Amino acid sequence: MAEPILRIEDIHKAYGKTKVLRGVSFDVAPGEVVVIIGPSGTGKSTLLRCVNLLTVPDRGRVWLEGVELTDKAVDINKAREKIGMVFQEFNLFTHLTAVQNVMLALTKVKGMKTAEARARAERELEKVGLADKADLYPAELSGGQKQRVAIARALAMNPKVMLFDEPTSALDPELIGEVLEVMQALASQGMTMLVVSHELGFAREVADRIIFLEDGVIAEEGPPEQLFVNPRNPRTREFLYKLTELYGEHGEPKSRGRER
Amino acid sequence: MTLTETLRFMWDILPELLQGLEVTIQLTAMSLAGGFVLAVPVALVRTYTRGPLNWPATAFVELFRGTPLLVQLYVVYYGLPELGFVLDRLLSAWIALFLNSAAYQSEYIRGAIQSVSRGQLLAARALGMRSLTAFRWVVLPQALRLALPSWSNEVAYMVKYVSVVYMIAVGELFTRGQLIITRTWKVGPTLFTVALIYILVVYAVTKVMDHVERRFRIPGLETGVEGREA
Ligand SMILES: Nc1ncnc2c1ncn2[C@@H]1O[C@H](COP(=O)(O)OP(=O)(O)OP(=O)(O)O)[C@@H](O)[C@H]1O
Ligand SMILES: [Mg+2]
Repeated sequence: MAEPILRIEDIHKAYGKTKVLRGVSFDVAPGEVVVIIGPSGTGKSTLLRCVNLLTVPDRGRVWLEGVELTDKAVDINKAREKIGMVFQEFNLFTHLTAVQNVMLALTKVKGMKTAEARARAERELEKVGLADKADLYPAELSGGQKQRVAIARALAMNPKVMLFDEPTSALDPELIGEVLEVMQALASQGMTMLVVSHELGFAREVADRIIFLEDGVIAEEGPPEQLFVNPRNPRTREFLYKLTELYGEHGEPKSRGRER
Repeated sequence: MTLTETLRFMWDILPELLQGLEVTIQLTAMSLAGGFVLAVPVALVRTYTRGPLNWPATAFVELFRGTPLLVQLYVVYYGLPELGFVLDRLLSAWIALFLNSAAYQSEYIRGAIQSVSRGQLLAARALGMRSLTAFRWVVLPQALRLALPSWSNEVAYMVKYVSVVYMIAVGELFTRGQLIITRTWKVGPTLFTVALIYILVVYAVTKVMDHVERRFRIPGLETGVEGREA
């Protein structure tokens, strides 16, 4: 395997008495797409936030391109520029238009001039198919469009790795496809991606590897074929079975309403 | 007094009252401005920090919201000289008023800050923004818009509240009215004129603030934070 671009080593995190992560380690190779699945409350979001240190792990280390981010001497803000993050709730800046959302960090973090940032932001919006929505505010966009703006905003920073935390879970079923398409295109362009998602269709097609996280540890990991067809851990089979029951192959909910 | 005489009288005292109005408006504007400058850091500290910075900020807000403005004015005007700070009346009035307004404004801004979703701050940090940068460019602009309705109330409120400084004889609108009354004994027409001026000013202020609110309206940021009851 090539030199990993991202290395997660023995991550522990507890909130009070609740031990959320209890020693998680894995490597991600350049261009690899890793999908993380697991029951609710098992620490998937916490794990993603530990990667860019939005949450500081109690123990363990994170490396990006051979640089240890958990080292106190590292400027974490600089490091975060290289790690894009997309949230379940989009988290667009409400007071800024789509294009301004993408521009903000370009000007305030990268120090770009407004005109240059605007050009760059417009290019990114075009890539996610939203060139014509540049001047609309988040409240004027659909969920799927919001999430694509959020992806463009992260990509504009030129990240080495992209983190996705359930990027389609807050979307109406008919809007999931447009976001997954953007993600799939990104994967095929060679972006390294760490994706928490229960879109099994996406995982099967796009993931190089699936990690099944349960009770704060990796219960099983391997290529999609292994986990879907012949899981080693009976818990994996059980969980995947439940997921398919609940959501079906492509993630559309069969019976359950979605909260927004 | 006939109606014409009354109108004549009101017309005659108008210039003097308008001089007072000028002071009132100056004091209002200065108090709001000074209050705002202090309110933002106080709100920031109260929302995001604990410990040694938080408690003085909290104590300040509770103190100025928990005691009558008149008491605050007396403490500044009579109390500070005893500690060796001799201030003129206008400055004393301004200090008491802007500290009072800062306490209220900081609460509106704090409420507004809290209604900006934490997720946006998280997103800003994930993009590599430092916490103050994220606050300045993501949270503050939204918080200020959300605080606008309560801020409008605060403006109208301060215009009227400034009148308590007549207790230390600063020559604002209400003080001038009092002076005219002691000189002429025409209580009714004087107070009526004073009230009329207040109503017109507050009405104008409300109109202007409505316009500002419309001007800065952004889809998705409509809901405001309530101000103090006037
Ligand atoms: N900031 C926090 N303070 C306290 N507890 C927290 C915090 N963040 C997460 N937790 C707790 O940690 C556990 C794991 O949360 P996390 O959000 O990582 O789970 P998850 O796997 O992402 O779940 P979901 O599928 O519901 O998103 C939960 O029990 C949650 O209540
Ligand atoms: Mg989660």
